[in-house]
Amino acid sequence: MNKLTISLSPHIHSGDSINRRMWNVVIALLPALAVALWTFGLPALWVTLVSVGSCLLAEWLIARFLLHKPCTLSNGSALITGLLLAFNLPSILPLWMVAIGAIVAIGIGKMSFGGLGCNIWNPALVGRVFLLISFPAAMTTWPTGVSSAFNGFTGASTQSDADTGATLLTHLNSGDVSMADYNVLDMAIGQMNGSLGEVGAFAILIGLAYLLITRTITWHIPVSILASAALFSWAFGGNPVLDLLAGGLMLGAVFMATDYVTSPMTHSGQLLFGFMIGLITIIIRKYGAYPEGVSFAILLMNSFVPLINRYFRPAIFGEKERRQTA
Amino acid sequence: MKTFLKGGIHPPEYKITADSPIVRLPIPPELRIMLSQCIGAPSKAIVKPGDHVSAGQIIAEAGGFVGAPIHSPVNGTVKKIEPTRTAQGIWQDSIVIAPDEESVENAPDQIRSDQEVDNLSPEDVIAIVGEAGIVGLGGATFPTRVKLSVPKGKTATTVLINGAECEPCLTCDDALMRSEADKIAKGTLLIMKATGATEGYIGIEENKPRAIEAMKKASEAYSNLSVVTLKKKYPQGGEKQLIYAITGKTVPAGALPIETGCIVDNVATAFAIYEAVYTGRPSTERILTVTGPEVTNPGNYLVKNGTPLSFILEYAGGLPEDTGKVIAGGPMMGRAISTIEATATKGLSGLVVLPQSVALRKQEGPCIRCAKCVSVCPMGLEPYLMILQADMKMWDEMSQHGVMNCLECGCCSYACPSHRPILDMIKLGKQELRKKK
Repeated sequence: MNKLTISLSPHIHSGDSINRRMWNVVIALLPALAVALWTFGLPALWVTLVSVGSCLLAEWLIARFLLHKPCTLSNGSALITGLLLAFNLPSILPLWMVAIGAIVAIGIGKMSFGGLGCNIWNPALVGRVFLLISFPAAMTTWPTGVSSAFNGFTGASTQSDADTGATLLTHLNSGDVSMADYNVLDMAIGQMNGSLGEVGAFAILIGLAYLLITRTITWHIPVSILASAALFSWAFGGNPVLDLLAGGLMLGAVFMATDYVTSPMTHSGQLLFGFMIGLITIIIRKYGAYPEGVSFAILLMNSFVPLINRYFRPAIFGEKERRQTA
Repeated sequence: MKTFLKGGIHPPEYKITADSPIVRLPIPPELRIMLSQCIGAPSKAIVKPGDHVSAGQIIAEAGGFVGAPIHSPVNGTVKKIEPTRTAQGIWQDSIVIAPDEESVENAPDQIRSDQEVDNLSPEDVIAIVGEAGIVGLGGATFPTRVKLSVPKGKTATTVLINGAECEPCLTCDDALMRSEADKIAKGTLLIMKATGATEGYIGIEENKPRAIEAMKKASEAYSNLSVVTLKKKYPQGGEKQLIYAITGKTVPAGALPIETGCIVDNVATAFAIYEAVYTGRPSTERILTVTGPEVTNPGNYLVKNGTPLSFILEYAGGLPEDTGKVIAGGPMMGRAISTIEATATKGLSGLVVLPQSVALRKQEGPCIRCAKCVSVCPMGLEPYLMILQADMKMWDEMSQHGVMNCLECGCCSYACPSHRPILDMIKLGKQELRKKK
């Protein structure tokens, strides 16, 4: 007879795995990637390939030669970092800058903390912010004449552009479409300027739906971010619809802030986390030196996650009753 | 539909023996009856090698207040009193009995009529239960006599009979409810009588419609007894979960169910109490589910205490070629056994035979803080944190985070996408904390 295996319970497993979850995220990113390629054309492809390639290579090299750990590329997390970093870059960014961003994202953002699960900040955003601070001009230069309905609307000029509207008006042919409708529709399907992945709000929402259906993430973080951003945009006298669709808010709310490693553990903590990201984003957009605040807001709140986890803990079943009887 | 408050998982049922009738297993050539069969002190043998014993005779008396006597399941001769390996591989004392060739039946010697049972006082019922050696048959093996003796200053109002059988694979409670519903109902009334409780509920998960129907029919006659259909969700049969699901009451952390006036017993225990009171049969046999994807004759078998597991498995078609693991109990909370030369005890509710392919765990990965363990924990704990604390031997911190509330249901380890041994480390922490006390 075979030797019987001894182990502690439970003896069955759900079959869930890191790989499955990570690949679900990759699948959820595909619609947004498609929109990016449609909107920006080949340059977007090169940026994506260089970003992903550099991330994978950086992770492999560091794991192999510095950490002496087994190869972890197959779990897809480096691939996600690469895709997300590319999504946060302009399509005409010089490719060597893309590579530097990728190396910083993986090397400093993730591997220096010990690899997957150990980092404090979202690696892709670490890479993006590094590039933004190092190469501010290149990081805010957008291609011209991107699309037929190009309205000059960039993540870099949320409110002012909507107010100007001159470029948009020339494209308004039919009288029965109001300016606001046209604008919003354009923005929703990706016919505007910005970083690769942030232009197609609709594609990002498809990704969100996929993530929710596959239970890869829960609704708490994305919904609280979007709700809070809309609320404060309105409170500060902005246009909530434009604030939601413009810049990287949608991308950040769905794909960046929901990163498991750098978000809180309980739903209540996640709601606070999302609420604060929305608030900080709008404050930076409205009053900050930078036109866009999503990356900073997420990174800031990433830093607060350990604190949030400390104070937003699940309620132990029966603990309240114990206090009452004691 | 009623269910518990937080957490929980939906593992596949794998209840392939759900339609199997209860089949009585033949008596093996030799019974090895373990002296340690309940959660309390081991029993003390009161027979010597060479003694002839009859079915139902006490062969070992309770080893302490929390303890239970053990009876001979058959007429036979005591051959030896010697250590036998338990399912966990530990040597413990046992009484070896060679059954007489012709004596096979467990003789029902004394029978009480309904009238006579009605005339019994609560103390009488508790005494009979104690003498019959009944322990919690759901697997915890806590002596039922102790459980039925409500502590001074507490009152029992509600008796909950656990027929949830939320463990995958197991169907022994289901089979019992389908065939012996009347007796379970009467057993429940006896528990109510013994504890002074005024209402009784039998909680059954929705995936056992025929058991629900049978129990409903059986409890129709009694106005203070009702059947509650529970949502199919693991761990629905956890004591505190069941109390919340049925009564809406929350047992305070660290307290016993009696704080809420509830007494929880398994259906098999209720049946054993009926047997002891009405027919005088002590606890010497039980139903257990033998199952597994490659077992030839899976089923619900009525097995004498002390029957070698190898004998039971042989009857079910033998261990399949690529057996990797045999579990005593269900796959979520049961224990993997190290030897099938061990014998059946009162607490054994099933033997689940798993093939090699699922016997070994997958390689563990890093914690990605996906919070799955937090969201499935039915006790509202933070398993992800506790495994790290246990790793660093931070036992006091584990205690502060409420590790002793853990009911070891295994939802965290089951759900972890990184295959981290969360429950293993929580168990370690609990053990260390118990040692420190």
